[in-house]
Amino acid sequence: MSEVLTVGFLTSVLAAAIASGAAILYAAIGETFAERSGVLNLGVEGMMLIGALSGFAVCSWTGSAPVGAAGAIVAGALMAGIHALLTVSFRANQVVSGLALTIFGQGLTAYLGASLVGQPAPDKFSRLAIPVLSEIPWIGTILFRQDILAYLAYAVVPLSWWFMFRTRQGLNLRAVGENPATADAMGLNVAALRYRYVMLGGAFAGLGGAVISLATNPGWSENMTAGRGWIAVALVIFGTWNPARVAIGALLFGAVEAGQFRLQGINVPVSSFFLSMLPYLFTIVVLVIATQRSRRLRIGQPAALGRPYVREER
Amino acid sequence: MSEARAPSPGGNEPARSSDPMPAPAEAVALVDISKRFGSVVANDRVTFVAYSGEVHALIGENGAGKSTLMSILAGMYRPDSGVLRIGGKVADLRSPADAIERGVGMVYQHFMLIESFTVTENVMLGLAGEGFRLDTAHVEAELRRLSDAYGLGIDPGAYIWQLSVGEQQRVEIMRLLYRGARILVLDEPTAVLTPQEADSLIATLRQMASEGFCVIFISHKLDEVLAVADRITVLRHGAVIDTVDAASASRQELARMMVGRDLASALLDEDELTSHRTGDVVLAINALTAANDKRLPALQGVSLEVRAGETLGIAGVAGNGQRELAEVITGLRPARSGSVMLDWRDITSEHPRAIARAGVAHIPEDRIGTGLVGSLDLSSNAVLRAYRQRPISKGPFLSSRAIARFTDSLIGSYDVKTSGRSARLRDLSGGNQQKLLIARELAGEPKVIVAVHPTRGVDVGASEAIHDVLRAQRLRGAATLLISEDLGELLALCDRIAVLYEGRVMGIVAARDADAETLGLMMAGTSAGHIAAVRGAA
Amino acid sequence: MSGAPATGRLSGPDRARGSGWRLERVSNPSTVAQIVVPIASIVAALVLGGLIIFGAGENPLTVYREMATGAFGSQYQLSETIVKMTPLLLTGLGVAVAFRMQLWNIGAEGQFYLGAIFVTGVALFGLPGALLAAGPWAVIPVLVLAGMLGGALWAAIPGVLRGYLGVNETITSLMLNYVAILLSEWLVHGPWKNPVGYGFPGTEFFPAAPFLPTWGTTRVHLGLFFGLIAGLVLFVVLRRTRWGYEITVTGGSERVARYAGMATARNIVIVMLVSGALAGLAGMAEITGIGHSLQRGLSPGYGYTAIIVAWLGRLNPFGIIVVAFLLAGLLVGGEQLQLSLGLSSAIAPMLQGTILFFLLGGDLLTRYRIVRRAATPEPFA
Repeated sequence: MSEVLTVGFLTSVLAAAIASGAAILYAAIGETFAERSGVLNLGVEGMMLIGALSGFAVCSWTGSAPVGAAGAIVAGALMAGIHALLTVSFRANQVVSGLALTIFGQGLTAYLGASLVGQPAPDKFSRLAIPVLSEIPWIGTILFRQDILAYLAYAVVPLSWWFMFRTRQGLNLRAVGENPATADAMGLNVAALRYRYVMLGGAFAGLGGAVISLATNPGWSENMTAGRGWIAVALVIFGTWNPARVAIGALLFGAVEAGQFRLQGINVPVSSFFLSMLPYLFTIVVLVIATQRSRRLRIGQPAALGRPYVREER
Repeated sequence: MSEARAPSPGGNEPARSSDPMPAPAEAVALVDISKRFGSVVANDRVTFVAYSGEVHALIGENGAGKSTLMSILAGMYRPDSGVLRIGGKVADLRSPADAIERGVGMVYQHFMLIESFTVTENVMLGLAGEGFRLDTAHVEAELRRLSDAYGLGIDPGAYIWQLSVGEQQRVEIMRLLYRGARILVLDEPTAVLTPQEADSLIATLRQMASEGFCVIFISHKLDEVLAVADRITVLRHGAVIDTVDAASASRQELARMMVGRDLASALLDEDELTSHRTGDVVLAINALTAANDKRLPALQGVSLEVRAGETLGIAGVAGNGQRELAEVITGLRPARSGSVMLDWRDITSEHPRAIARAGVAHIPEDRIGTGLVGSLDLSSNAVLRAYRQRPISKGPFLSSRAIARFTDSLIGSYDVKTSGRSARLRDLSGGNQQKLLIARELAGEPKVIVAVHPTRGVDVGASEAIHDVLRAQRLRGAATLLISEDLGELLALCDRIAVLYEGRVMGIVAARDADAETLGLMMAGTSAGHIAAVRGAA
Repeated sequence: MSGAPATGRLSGPDRARGSGWRLERVSNPSTVAQIVVPIASIVAALVLGGLIIFGAGENPLTVYREMATGAFGSQYQLSETIVKMTPLLLTGLGVAVAFRMQLWNIGAEGQFYLGAIFVTGVALFGLPGALLAAGPWAVIPVLVLAGMLGGALWAAIPGVLRGYLGVNETITSLMLNYVAILLSEWLVHGPWKNPVGYGFPGTEFFPAAPFLPTWGTTRVHLGLFFGLIAGLVLFVVLRRTRWGYEITVTGGSERVARYAGMATARNIVIVMLVSGALAGLAGMAEITGIGHSLQRGLSPGYGYTAIIVAWLGRLNPFGIIVVAFLLAGLLVGGEQLQLSLGLSSAIAPMLQGTILFFLLGGDLLTRYRIVRRAATPEPFA
């Protein structure tokens, strides 16, 4: 057991935490955008699966992982477009439509991906050590020996935060989620904005899926996201709709997941089945804490979250 | 009854007495506008013209179509037919942005402000010609200048949730000014203000008109309209009745045009007051304190007594503890300290059902969402109080026959207009929803009635019916606590009126001695004792 | 659109709003629309699904024909469809109870597993010899209770968290699915592993007494009867009892329920218990009617399909009976594809998702009417 406490073990867990946290991070940032615009999308799991499959498939055809990732982004956004169509234009129940998206994504990827299961990946995002920085003891190993998608995540978090809170587009985004009637009266096109950010959310979820199928576990297998999409939805609540805090949550999860794998590797006297439960149980605990905290501090969700906006009805 | 013009032909021709000054510049013209919501006709071929440099009042009863007409002008709704001209040019407004572009800005009854944003952020929302970054500094500087120029007293850096209702309204006006609106539409702007705040608003509006703005002012308060407007257009049942000069208009004439007949005396008649004796104290509230949803103090030591057969009005600007008072009495909100006694029995913070059973009826502020479920049918809504009692339920089972009978009796005795008890509640008009709710609440002949804005958003007919019901309940001997923002309603129904300000009772006056000035001072936070002292000294 | 003036600063999307169509709420949806629209939605979904199948390189007509015969083509096939219908019916009813109260319990899968785990525990280790000797009619009630208890306890976790702490039940109930499946995997790989199972993950077979009776030579078992009874009971409870009324009101508006003095938190927990108990009963029926032991991969996602069943059945017990049968046909047909054409059985869940999308979209057409608006103002006279 003393192995657990070594520096080497900890740095390897933290490095892996970033790698495996990136998938959840992208998906959670995407969901943050969608929910900030007032649309709850429970289809993250489905969109991630579609992203993972299309990322891998496109990569297989073209032989290029970056092109694959681009394919994943497009596929995720298109899937989210269905949700936007149903909830924004057709005013369907957001919870049910999101569930439908997840079920559809699971079925479609299982069907279309059946022939790709077990195929080797022609390309993947490998680790790139950044010169000089990666030589810094511990920190270098943790932060600067990652793949491109993880480095991109370093940039996405502050950029998302800046966009949401320091730009006019971000102001518009928050406005349609807080009070669509006001946003409408101020001349914003509520429907167009909601479409935009739901689809942006889908694009991020797709990219998150590609992180799994092209970087952390290259290849394709049925339901390979294993609930990470749902964890991403929980993280948005944990992060109180703020990309910076969402990122902290994603890292925590990455750590739990990576730690769990490492522990399995060093034969701790606990069944691997129980270790595998940790991320899911941890999600529940985190959600309970986050809910109590936001109730106490009265940090609410976007005020119009989950409600369709209809102007011409009284 | 009405010898005034019939609704439909009156609206067809352009306003008749429309030449107060030589060649005034037409600011807006709405010609032959019609708008319908489902089967409800909100505007029926309405023609309305307003000029630059005038304050033009648009008056009419609730549901006359004033707000709809102005929402069309503001680009919020699109008319089914008709033409809109702004500054002499035909305008096809597709969105509020189109309207703002043409210089039309509207202050809605429900403010279009985002609580979690600052004043500046609210002003910048949807603003054209700004960069990508949220650059608040230059907007903030301009807002400070506007605030000073018009004496608005608004800090652009403040968050909306920190501001009072009156301040929020001034933010709305400031935003329109910033955006270069030349035509300002205000929807019942004084409804949420104390009389003193209303006076200062009116002064601001007059100043703006003198600077060449066109100010359109929606109201149903005749005295106010006569004081502020140059011209007045009267709407009834969605059609224009007439446009008149304020200088030559009389209160009676306007009232007749609005209602279609002479206004009955509003106050309780002398008879009703004298022949009717109030009984013992039924509801006694002692030093009650409670918190609001943000956990801030909402009630800070409220003490009131209501006797059998007495109606006690609660006046005050919205958000001064009225909602919380009603909720604490009915058990929906816990009291922090103090007590609520019903017939000298302590019912403080008891279970809502126990309080209702003990004889407290509650007509809540939001009909749908608190008192009624819009997606369910009338029967389900009718039995909300009685579903656990015989004969509606026997043991755990419900009797559909008893439910039908009970629902039909409520519909019948309160004249609820509906296609039947299985109609969906949401499909009823606001007035009929409210009648059903009141019917249900009063079915058990309650000892105490807590009524919150019982006629808000209700058409004239239903509103009068509700007033009659409340008067009848008073005569029956019910102790009524009537919370309203409409001083006219309070004066018409109450024996005494208490004014609530920041969770405290500023004073209680007998309705027949009450005057708007005293009530207004109290609504603005001056205690009755202080007012008396100042007057005594003068 | 000739009346549209140029407005300079506004960008493209705003324009789109000026189009001459708008939606108007219909107060009483016509019966015809309520029947025609869902059918049309399903047909449209099958067309789109067909396009996807075509895109994957197969002939959709062949696929659909094969699925239809696979599901309903013979007495045997039909009986297999009814076998699959049983868990869908029970879990679908469970999900529907929760959904009626706007409680988004999507943990039926985990609750199903917990029901099966409890039943396995009792069947293998908890039945006294005397009870076993008394035969199925003594044992089955015990196992029914065990299954319902397992599902109910599992559902109580998200229920209590939601009712008393306000924690989002969607995510917690879903997370517990993964935990439940891992728990069952641990059991069949570890402590409950069949010592003579040749390394195959699964428990020993139950003694014969806990087997549910079957219908003739088919695999249709008593579980179907449980489902039909449960549907009937639920219908009566929801429509004809005080508690059902409270559920309906709370589903319509939690604030109104509070106003009327209903114990919302307690009702949330009770509804979750009922919902979980039904899913647990499904697990019980599946394991005592079909598998007779706890195996890996016990459910091919019944708990998720249940969501579709509940929604397509409009949360109405009788609707759910019909939909459970049809979707079971889809599943059996999908398996048939695998057997006869060697295609992936995942066509079934793919089609389920598509159908659900179209029904959600189709709902709009029953609730709203599309009205053409005079887009261009009449020329000014």
